[in-house]
Amino acid sequence: MGKFILRRIGVMILTALCLTFIVFFLTNLYPNLEKFAKTQGNFRMSDEEVATFLNNRGYLQPTVTKYGQWLGVLPGYVIEGTDGKVRARCAAPNQPIEEAPRFCGVLQGNWGFSTTIKEDVGGIILEKLGLTGILMFWVMLLMVPSALILGVLAGMREGSRLDRSLSTFSISTTATPEYVSGVLFIAIFASSAVGLKWFKGTATSAMDNVTFENFFLPVLTIAAYGMGYIARMTRASMAEVMTSQYIRTARLKGVSFPNIVMKHALRNALIAPFTVIMLQFPWLLNGVVIVETLFNYKGFGWTLVLAAGNNDIELLLGVSVISVFVVLVTQLISDIGYVYLNPRISVS
Amino acid sequence: MSQTPDHEGPILEIDSLSISFFTRLREIPAVMDFSVEVQPGEAVGLVGESGCGKSTVALGVMQDLGVNGRIVGGSIKFKGRDLGKMSAEELRDIRGNEIAMIYQEPMASLNPAMKIGKQLMEVPMIHEKVSEKEAYQRALEVVRDVKLPDPERILKSFPHQLSGGQQQRIVIAMALMANPSLLILDEPTTALDVTVEAAVVELVKELGRKYGTSMLFISHNLGLVLETCDRICVMYSGEAVETGSIKDVFDKMQHPYTQALFRSIPLPGADKNARPLVAIPGNFPLPHERPPGCNFGPRCDYFQDGRCNQDIAIPMEPITGDDRHFTRCLRYKEIDWHAPIKAAKQTAATEKGDVILKMDNLKKYYEVAANALFGASGATKVVKANETLTFEARESETLAIVGESGCGKSTFAKVLMGLETATDGQILLDNKNIEHIPIQSRDTKTVADIQMVFQNPFDTLNPSMTVGRQIMRALEIFGHGKSDDDRHKEMMRLLDLVKLPREFADRMPRQLSGGQKQRVGIARAFAGGARIVVADEPVSALDVSVQAAVTDLLMEIQREKKTTLLFISHDLSIVRYLSDRVMVMYLGHVVELGTTEQVFSPPYHPYTEALLSAVPIADTHVEKKHIVLEGDVPSAMNPPPGCPFQTRCRWKSQVPGNLCETEVPPVRMLAEGHQVKCHLADDILARMEPVIKIAAE
Repeated sequence: MGKFILRRIGVMILTALCLTFIVFFLTNLYPNLEKFAKTQGNFRMSDEEVATFLNNRGYLQPTVTKYGQWLGVLPGYVIEGTDGKVRARCAAPNQPIEEAPRFCGVLQGNWGFSTTIKEDVGGIILEKLGLTGILMFWVMLLMVPSALILGVLAGMREGSRLDRSLSTFSISTTATPEYVSGVLFIAIFASSAVGLKWFKGTATSAMDNVTFENFFLPVLTIAAYGMGYIARMTRASMAEVMTSQYIRTARLKGVSFPNIVMKHALRNALIAPFTVIMLQFPWLLNGVVIVETLFNYKGFGWTLVLAAGNNDIELLLGVSVISVFVVLVTQLISDIGYVYLNPRISVS
Repeated sequence: MSQTPDHEGPILEIDSLSISFFTRLREIPAVMDFSVEVQPGEAVGLVGESGCGKSTVALGVMQDLGVNGRIVGGSIKFKGRDLGKMSAEELRDIRGNEIAMIYQEPMASLNPAMKIGKQLMEVPMIHEKVSEKEAYQRALEVVRDVKLPDPERILKSFPHQLSGGQQQRIVIAMALMANPSLLILDEPTTALDVTVEAAVVELVKELGRKYGTSMLFISHNLGLVLETCDRICVMYSGEAVETGSIKDVFDKMQHPYTQALFRSIPLPGADKNARPLVAIPGNFPLPHERPPGCNFGPRCDYFQDGRCNQDIAIPMEPITGDDRHFTRCLRYKEIDWHAPIKAAKQTAATEKGDVILKMDNLKKYYEVAANALFGASGATKVVKANETLTFEARESETLAIVGESGCGKSTFAKVLMGLETATDGQILLDNKNIEHIPIQSRDTKTVADIQMVFQNPFDTLNPSMTVGRQIMRALEIFGHGKSDDDRHKEMMRLLDLVKLPREFADRMPRQLSGGQKQRVGIARAFAGGARIVVADEPVSALDVSVQAAVTDLLMEIQREKKTTLLFISHDLSIVRYLSDRVMVMYLGHVVELGTTEQVFSPPYHPYTEALLSAVPIADTHVEKKHIVLEGDVPSAMNPPPGCPFQTRCRWKSQVPGNLCETEVPPVRMLAEGHQVKCHLADDILARMEPVIKIAAE
């Protein structure tokens, strides 16, 4: 088992390297850099001035070199600029070049500096990740159990009226994107349009203090979308298990219907949806972007939108790297859980 | 939750039962006017071809027909109580407690994610509300009863960790946990090897005696029913056509279908040249296309127009003088049941030609990673699938290759076809080495020369291409004909060859029955003028009545085309019927090779002896010596040292010293063309008695 996990982690690191390189390459395309130079310097720079500006700050080195420096495996640049000033990647403002460390990249804990928030990227990410973590936790808590219950209920008697109505429900929630359902929820439950005003239409206050009132709508919006999908998968898997021969064996052994579902069918039926639930994490990240922006909850997704909108290269990179890791780690967990659920697969 | 108190009279009484399935289009009657009685301690066999409704009867007894099925007439009484009128709760009490069922596929009927122990313990815990500890004790006891080694370990394992035979024993154990009064066995051994089948049947019989359980034994295998049951009920197309005691039905049958069924199975004495099998003409009617009057009418030799096809239901008539012997035939009194079989076409034995295929010391080893799923690292193990295979095959000869699953017969076929390349040794086709040439680099001629007929006709045809197109595609690949017109003509000729109507060329595979599909498979194999045809269990997936027709077809084409047929099978009856020479394999070794006569009569290799004894024969005149092999076939990954068969051999003690455990026996010639791989001394071999004896009539 340990060996298996080690190998998976190895593969994961390799994947992470490839993916971050792609993100790095895309964010460092020349038009991006040009825009960056103009926002940092001034908007009326000529093309030559832009080139000098970028060159002085090491932005025009080959992409691989830059990537190595960002990662922290190549020594940071020390460039004597055309203006006579010597700039080093690793020197903090006002720090003499000689005292600056040679390496300063992600590996050394140096994630760069956000140009929009004016803080260290590492710190920002840590804080935002915490906020989004809270959101995710509640989403999972609402989504997974209700999706599984819906799926199992629908799948245990395929074709019954209960199945039809639950399936219709889950299809409609999956078919409604978050930006539609979110707006609908706000209109119905939080605005004066309907007049219910049960919940708050913004989750900004939830950043300090989570309450049912200020947090339920964003959680529901994300959960509803993912729930339908997981419920559909669970239903299909459950329906298949219920027609299998060992369920007939159990039935003809005299096991009662609730016990057939709970003891015989459930574990077998959960094997397939488990992977899907884990695959939902990346999807959730996606939904998080929309919902956090919609409800003005300043978490990870919100930060991504901010960074992308303002061409904040370092922040964007940081956010992407973390996203990549979240996806890969959940997949690892999914593989391990799969082994645990399915006794036919053994890794030792 | 105890069982119903003792009840006088039959355990199970099915009275003119009719079951229908309802689809959107129509009502499909699956079982009609079916009656049977099971007395206490009696075993009743239910025999018929697939689709005749025998499993539906079993599910009807269990009241588990699904959403579409419904009992539309008659009653099923269990110990005098009508099962159809019981509430769901009452039924639950009876299921698993008083009526238990054993299923066809043991792997599928055990819960893969639940430990064996838990699945067993559940039964008494539900029905008798016993404590977990007591249930565990009971489970241990029953697992011991079904003769599984190391019960504690078995209870702790998951189903996939056991072999097929062990799984079936667990299913039997589960059925016996509550000590039921009625046991329904639905083709319990179809998925198992013959020697395992013999052991399981033995076990069922013994347990039946020990617990006094009544049994309803569903099977398509007449021989198996003869061995296990007291009474038999033959079904055809949803109806019981004949029922009576085993002796009456087997020896004094009173229904044309029963007779036709017996004539289409290869019994000892049948011979492909002198006494060929008589196939039942025509096809099994679909449930919604049954003919008026007698269902068997259109296929019956004794059919009388205007009488057998009158649109009235034919009643079951008792045969006077016999014990509860009934037949559903209007003409049973007029038919001369003792008339000899109408002289089927006799043919002369074919001349054997030159040697065209020669195997010399062929070896095929596989290397498998110890950890199959996450591979790469760790030690690799070697699976010795074929060890020193040496034999020759001549033109127009039928060589049967016999053995249980895992003996390496399919691997051998793969190496011959070029799907795998040999590890060592040689295969000579017309004195040309082909063992190292994979199929993609073989020239068209070689590929066309060696063709294969597959076991399962249902999977081997492309479902989205017409039959004609598929045969033409084969012709195209073999470079036959210049234009599509040429090939079309050739394809029609091939359809004639396999006796399919020409209009089948435009049909889709799903419109064909199993036997017809297998004919298409044969036509495809012969498309390139194959000289060697490897038939891998070509009839084992087909019904008995169709088997005879397909076998005959193969024989006929062989006679005409002088093909060499390598017939891979585990069914010794059919092997005896059609092959010229037989090769018996065990764990990759050829343990015996000789003419059919030599192999089927003593002296035997001990494995051949056990194999012969395991095959059920549907003839009351046959006496068999009873040899049951203990244990399972050892894994090819970890074969025993010395003789591969030593772990299960009953003759082992007759060999001095520990020769069997240390040395692989040498190949010995017993007679011209008869070789065995055994350490037994000549005089012991000479003393062996025949396994099958035909008692005087």
